[in-house]
Amino acid sequence: MPMQVELVSPERILLSVEAIMVRARTLSGGDIAFLTGHAAFIGALATWRVDITPVDGAPLLAAVHGGFISINHDHVKILSDLAELADQVDVARAQAAADRAEAELGADAEDVAAGAALARAHARLRTAGVLV
Amino acid sequence: MAGGQERILRRRIKSVESTKKITRAMELISATRVVKAQDRAAAARPYSEEITSVILDLVNAGAAKDHPLLRDNPDANTAAFIVVTSDRGLCGGYNSTVIRMAERELKARQEEGRDYSLIVVGTKGEQYFRFRNYRIDASFAGVADQPTYEDARRVAAAVRERFESGTLASVDLAFTRYLNSATQEAVVRRFLPLKVEDDGSAGTGANPVGDLEYEPSPDGILDEILPRYVESRIFSALLDASASEHAARQRAMKAATDNAEELKTKLTRIMNRARQDSITTEIMEIVGGAEALKNDKGGPEDLLLEHLTPEHLFAQHLDYLVHQPSAH
Repeated sequence: MPMQVELVSPERILLSVEAIMVRARTLSGGDIAFLTGHAAFIGALATWRVDITPVDGAPLLAAVHGGFISINHDHVKILSDLAELADQVDVARAQAAADRAEAELGADAEDVAAGAALARAHARLRTAGVLV
Repeated sequence: MAGGQERILRRRIKSVESTKKITRAMELISATRVVKAQDRAAAARPYSEEITSVILDLVNAGAAKDHPLLRDNPDANTAAFIVVTSDRGLCGGYNSTVIRMAERELKARQEEGRDYSLIVVGTKGEQYFRFRNYRIDASFAGVADQPTYEDARRVAAAVRERFESGTLASVDLAFTRYLNSATQEAVVRRFLPLKVEDDGSAGTGANPVGDLEYEPSPDGILDEILPRYVESRIFSALLDASASEHAARQRAMKAATDNAEELKTKLTRIMNRARQDSITTEIMEIVGGAEALKNDKGGPEDLLLEHLTPEHLFAQHLDYLVHQPSAH
């Protein structure tokens, strides 16, 4: 039995598919994958890529900038303030943001805002397949 | 003069007509905006329901209840109010209702000897409170019409940190709740400290399979999720308020259109009566004049027609007429 996966942003439901597997990265830094029958779970997501393997079709990638994932009775809900599907990512803009953030970090390694911007840009680039 | 009155009335009817066209257009625009705002509110609901159910799970699992956003601040003496109004007028009593309610609440808090802090969304509210010399700590314009989550985040930021640091005793949210297209209700709700309530709409209804697993930890997740929850609550209040605003404007404009229609009928009637009056007066004047002439000369032969003999109409008889003595 496949899992029902929903990717929910505050403004709307971005994605609702049946999937075989979902892989995400939690705040503690490790990847976690979910298959059918996973125990109930709530996790805080890192700014990273979420990998969804739907029942049919190509794998779906989404960039999430923080948020939560909850699994209950094979219902997977991914809540994120800011989430983008792979085809919504503007690669050139993300690349520019990454370069800019790196330059800022080069000047001041303690710059929290630049660090967060870099993480966001990298999550986007990973989702678009530019970074692996 | 009667003709002048008629002209003035005609001009007024024309102006009422064009006003009616404008209000009708505004009514139609608002009608579509209400639908759009409702759609947005409906689209935003899954997120807030899910986040509420996650928090409920966490609280039921015994996550720390002394999170800064959940606990009371007994030392603080400032009550903050977030008042959600519109940027534009022509929406009936929409703004004044919510502003009045917030002001009453604020005065009640002042009588308890507390200080206040005002956060206003929408220029209408800002104008009202500024005019009455209230101290406005933050105001947000250009948000009310079509609020985005980013707007909600900025509003939330205006109160969250101050509450977390313990300078605010409470935060109340005054906005207009959208019940249905005919009913909207201004409410003042306690916003912070957060009270997580199960309003029945949250969650999937199913109990978790066995115990929940948490990563990193229930407290760690709560730290992350509560700020999101604050934003999401404000976001849904903004969306509700925006749907209410458009519904209120639609109603106000419908009333205006109806009134214009009524006024037009009334004015047309007055104008027709004035026109008829002036025609009657003219006829009366002509008849009266004719009567007067008749009375002057006495005798039906005075009437012009009776002087017109065939000879008058034919030029070749002109000579003959000159040589003949006339009838009198």
